[in-house]
Amino acid sequence: MQYWIIQTLNSLALGGLLFLLAAGFSLIFGLMRIANLTHGSLYMLGAYVGVTILKFVPNLWLAALIGGAVIAIFGGLIERFILRALAGNALGQVLVTLGISFIVADFCLIVWGGDPIPVQTPLALQQPLRVGGVAFPTYRLVVLAIAVVTAVALYLLMERTRIGAMIRAGVDDMQMARAVGIPVSKLFTAVFCLGAGLAGAGGIIGGPIMSAYPGLDADMLPLALIVVMLGGVGSLLGAFVGSFLIGAIYTFGTALLPDLAYVILFLPMIVVIAFRPRGLFGRQTV
Amino acid sequence: MKWARWALLAVALAAFPWIAGEYYINLTSQIFIAATFAASLNLLVGYGGLPSLGHASWLGLAAYLSAWMSLKLGLGHALTAPAALLGTTLVACAFGWISLRATGLGFLMITLALSQVLWGTAYRWVSVTDGDNGLRGLTRPAPFGISLDGATSFYYFALAVTVVAITLMAMFVASPFGAALRGTRDQPRRMSALGHDVWTVRWITFVYSAFWGAVSGLLFVYYNKYIHPASLSITSSAEALLGVIAGGSGTLAGPIVGAAIIMLLKNYVSAYIERWNMLMGFVFVLIVIFMPEGVVPGVRRLYLRLRKWRTG
Repeated sequence: MQYWIIQTLNSLALGGLLFLLAAGFSLIFGLMRIANLTHGSLYMLGAYVGVTILKFVPNLWLAALIGGAVIAIFGGLIERFILRALAGNALGQVLVTLGISFIVADFCLIVWGGDPIPVQTPLALQQPLRVGGVAFPTYRLVVLAIAVVTAVALYLLMERTRIGAMIRAGVDDMQMARAVGIPVSKLFTAVFCLGAGLAGAGGIIGGPIMSAYPGLDADMLPLALIVVMLGGVGSLLGAFVGSFLIGAIYTFGTALLPDLAYVILFLPMIVVIAFRPRGLFGRQTV
Repeated sequence: MKWARWALLAVALAAFPWIAGEYYINLTSQIFIAATFAASLNLLVGYGGLPSLGHASWLGLAAYLSAWMSLKLGLGHALTAPAALLGTTLVACAFGWISLRATGLGFLMITLALSQVLWGTAYRWVSVTDGDNGLRGLTRPAPFGISLDGATSFYYFALAVTVVAITLMAMFVASPFGAALRGTRDQPRRMSALGHDVWTVRWITFVYSAFWGAVSGLLFVYYNKYIHPASLSITSSAEALLGVIAGGSGTLAGPIVGAAIIMLLKNYVSAYIERWNMLMGFVFVLIVIFMPEGVVPGVRRLYLRLRKWRTG
């Protein structure tokens, strides 16, 4: 019983972290038609930057905010100075993001070394929550709550604000959006910053669970890819459902069939692509 | 004139092991392998307009299959080589069917995700693949009783396979089917209206390209006598794609030149600095921004401009 509860919470926490990662990836892809392959690296860079910030600021949530902002600025710089130079060349943009991901990975290796760096769980959340004789790891519940709050905030941003309406217009019909005077180019930068910031903050919040290690980027990027292909490009709901689905499959797959967890992970994606190429909630084909 | 150039190239390649030392012979063998691999990817990227980021699957899968069959089943090379090629091609049939549900960036993401399945499996399925240790203790084949253990004999073997592979890929591109393939790259809707089955053209190309990727995988595992999950990683796929793009996608010579550049960079630079990944990242960014068409078309354009300027 205890084992299954822990596994379920692990899967929910992983799903929450995946959502922080995949929501931005999905919005960037939906709006800018760029598969941002640096997204895994931004997550890893966030985790490492968080490690450093935590040396000066002994508060994980503050570190996540600062680190998220740092990564958001970094993302904005990539968008403004590199991706902008390649506007209209989608393949070139993707290859550049891939190149940057290699640079970031090596940079992290130089600066923070090759050994995994653990991140301490905030003291107040170290004690498990006991309800009716069953212990729930508190930190994972908090991560889940953060993901849900972020999802609601993003939903409100997308559905209830003017900026959200502009983003939706851009996702649906870019040329028409430009024609009616939406500042699409500014939106690109804003969405890229938002996506990068979420990924970076996710890396820090995920720190106590996953720690910061070389290869974290390569572990997270494929998961974000599957989530987005499963849920549908540019769809917030799709990213949300997909994240928790993949979080569950990955956690239980690793627990039950460690050898083939990776294969199981990709099965739902393959089924969805075969029968519904636009993903569960997507409006456009990838 | 053209024949003279080809003859010169043939003589140079054949005579190379007599002039050069063992280090350079081995380096050139590796370039042959990388060139075959990049040329096979170029069929998809350059001629089909289908950017794949999972081409390492074919190199790695063929290498793993061949290694696994000879180590764990004790089979000889005469059996493992065709079986590995067949197995890899069959997997490519399935992967192609899935990835070609999409084109463009969707195709890129699906090929990337699928190759990660193989990579993850190679890492995790320790009972079969020995995980992070990789499969070691392999041998090179001895076709017609000629041992390939020496650098020179392997050089000629790799050269022969590469020449055959690139000739057959060139014939594929030059054939009416190749013309149809380029048609589906440039004008898929028109090709469809003309009665071509665009999807099938792409799928056949995918499988054909994977087959030659598998051939380069066999060369790779014969050369190294060792295979590690890193060969299946996104870095390996990215290296090949960088080779294609750096050299010039959609040209025959491009991927060969590109693969050679990458291999030389990797060998020479990593002797001085450890940071191959970072360098590769920078090369990627610089090439995409400043030389998006690649070295071969870029040099050709420069040459034509120079000639025009000279003749006034």
